[in-house]
Amino acid sequence: MMIVPVALPLAAACLYALFGWNRVTAWLGALSAGGLLAAAILLARAGEGSGLWGLLRVDALSAYMLIVIGVVALLAMLASPGYLRAEAVAGHAGPAAARRYGIFTQCFVAAMATAVLAASLGMLWVAVEATTILTAFLVGHRRTRKATEAAWKYVVICSVGIALALLGLVIVHYAAVHAGLSTREGLDWVSLAGHAGRLDPGVTRIAVVLLVLGFGTKAGLAPLHAWLPDAHSQAPAPVSALMSGVLLSVAFYAILRVKVISDGALGPGFCRLLLIVVALASLAVAAALLIGQRDFKRMLAYSSIEHMGLIALGAAIGNGLALAAVLLHILGHGLGKSVLFLGSGRIQQAAGSSRIDEVRGLGGQAPGLATIFGLGLLALLGLPPFSLFASELAIVRAGFTAGLGWAVAPALVLMLVIVAGVGGTAGRMLLGQAPPGAAGGLAIRLRGAGVPLVAGLVACAALGVTLGPLRPLLESAATIATIGPPAGPVGGAR
Amino acid sequence: MTDPLYVQTLDLACGAFLLTGVLVLWRRDLAAIIWLFALQGVALGALIAVRGLHEADVELTVLGLGVGLLRAVLLPYLMRRALAAGEEGREARPHVSVAASLLVTAVLTMIAYAVSQPLVRLAPTPATQAVPIALTVLLVGFFVLVTRRRALSQVVGFLLMDNAITAAAFLTTTGVPLVVELGVSLDVLLAVLALQVLTTRMRAAFGGTDLDELRELHD
Repeated sequence: MMIVPVALPLAAACLYALFGWNRVTAWLGALSAGGLLAAAILLARAGEGSGLWGLLRVDALSAYMLIVIGVVALLAMLASPGYLRAEAVAGHAGPAAARRYGIFTQCFVAAMATAVLAASLGMLWVAVEATTILTAFLVGHRRTRKATEAAWKYVVICSVGIALALLGLVIVHYAAVHAGLSTREGLDWVSLAGHAGRLDPGVTRIAVVLLVLGFGTKAGLAPLHAWLPDAHSQAPAPVSALMSGVLLSVAFYAILRVKVISDGALGPGFCRLLLIVVALASLAVAAALLIGQRDFKRMLAYSSIEHMGLIALGAAIGNGLALAAVLLHILGHGLGKSVLFLGSGRIQQAAGSSRIDEVRGLGGQAPGLATIFGLGLLALLGLPPFSLFASELAIVRAGFTAGLGWAVAPALVLMLVIVAGVGGTAGRMLLGQAPPGAAGGLAIRLRGAGVPLVAGLVACAALGVTLGPLRPLLESAATIATIGPPAGPVGGAR
Repeated sequence: MTDPLYVQTLDLACGAFLLTGVLVLWRRDLAAIIWLFALQGVALGALIAVRGLHEADVELTVLGLGVGLLRAVLLPYLMRRALAAGEEGREARPHVSVAASLLVTAVLTMIAYAVSQPLVRLAPTPATQAVPIALTVLLVGFFVLVTRRRALSQVVGFLLMDNAITAAAFLTTTGVPLVVELGVSLDVLLAVLALQVLTTRMRAAFGGTDLDELRELHD
């Protein structure tokens, strides 16, 4: 059962390699994403277990992340056929490029599923680095100067960042072996968390800094965030949705696991301080560059840095309420951001540019899409009824009750700046006067392509009202992220 | 393997590992840089094999040979092919001069020694005492990455960092679990292949591989 979320997308990738991208196989990606989501729900209901000779392991936290991957992948894959059709009409992508798109997106989803199901820090690292290489070709999909530049910077910065995490992993392994764990157990989540108290503090401290900075690079956190706006603005829209909506969170999932080990070995203060610094720096970067932003895809990219900063802040606060809010925020942000990136892809294809000046007055020309885009932005700015309102409120409340008001207050100020910046830009883009000579040039008919967008927004709003059947899973996942996985023997193969 | 012989060969391998890393900063001829990188791969393979012989661990010795093959033969071969595809055989004028770079290396070495003190203190053996060397090469690799202007030099910088991390893994313990080591090696190979493809595209789009030309994306 545990192998299904990895095997399904891999099988779809093989089919794309065999048959290419055509009218029928175009929907294969959505089918495999739907299957992944169903498998994730079944795994969540089945509870803990390990499989594939102990390489994979599922608990509430990994099942929850798997559900996030399934949901965002489903939205992105439902939008892909329409996106590629428009690219083909515009002459940007031939059949060979479409086939590559199919293969690489499916392998990318499989790598993310492997990352959250990995039983050890080592497997997780291998899977996260694999996502970098797979998405590099998707970022460079259009092969223009800009796309090539973005892809190069993306691979170099992310590989260097993640190399720091590899060094951290090597050092944790060293500490673990000297704490009496075997080579095989030395990178395993459960044994590391269970024996965290025996790890040498001096060595573990170096390792935690490297791991947080390294995985933080992939999560889009400052100081190594520079790749993110370039890559997200150049990638095809459904890939941007996947990268921003879920790849960043998968990398942050690694930090959540590391934090449990760090708290056990060094006490909660060390990782908390590190995460607060990183979080406030990310919020500051996002705020500075969201004011007066001239490109709507880059605006969405900087908003991702903001939200990852908020998630890091929630993780730093670190009590049960904060981590439940962090996990809800991950899902809400995944939904909202993928709707926005998919919508921005339609706008970009119609306008031939992602500059805000060229799509002014979108509301008059394409009311349907402008409404969806506007609602999506409201969701991201944390307005009710969307779930990001609930999770942001919970993070702030948890921060003040934990006595971390000194960290939450500047974060709130920066968030206000961001609301003002994004609000102003969105006003020009959606409500402003259309540029002369562009009258009717942006006639975008959504038809079927609007369905995943509306579905994503509705889901995001519904989560803000009630968690429904997700509540028990979210609560046990938050417990695991707060105090670590329950000790004791892990169930056999399934 | 007797203890004094083990310590001497280990130190020899580590010395060669450090020297080849630092010499990369000295040379500006890209073909020579690839040669130095290949030599460093040999030193790394030897380092692991010596550890394996000392621990009487067949798996580790074989792994040393494998790592040596990947880093001394396969990766340099790929880079030489990428170099042959283009015309530029030399590093353009680097942002930091060679003399200044070598001075910086001295500072980086001291930083590496200071930072790795807790690592050595946990278990002071001949192998862990060489960990600062690995960290020095890591910092040198990072320095190459940020100051050099050719695409291929950046790839070498990244690979120096990766060599250094592998060396650290085998100096601190007998290596991370085999599955992870294989996965890491595969990822590195794929990353180099990806960068090679991107270099070809860069040459087609920009007419060269000078990274200073990459400045179309900004806010």
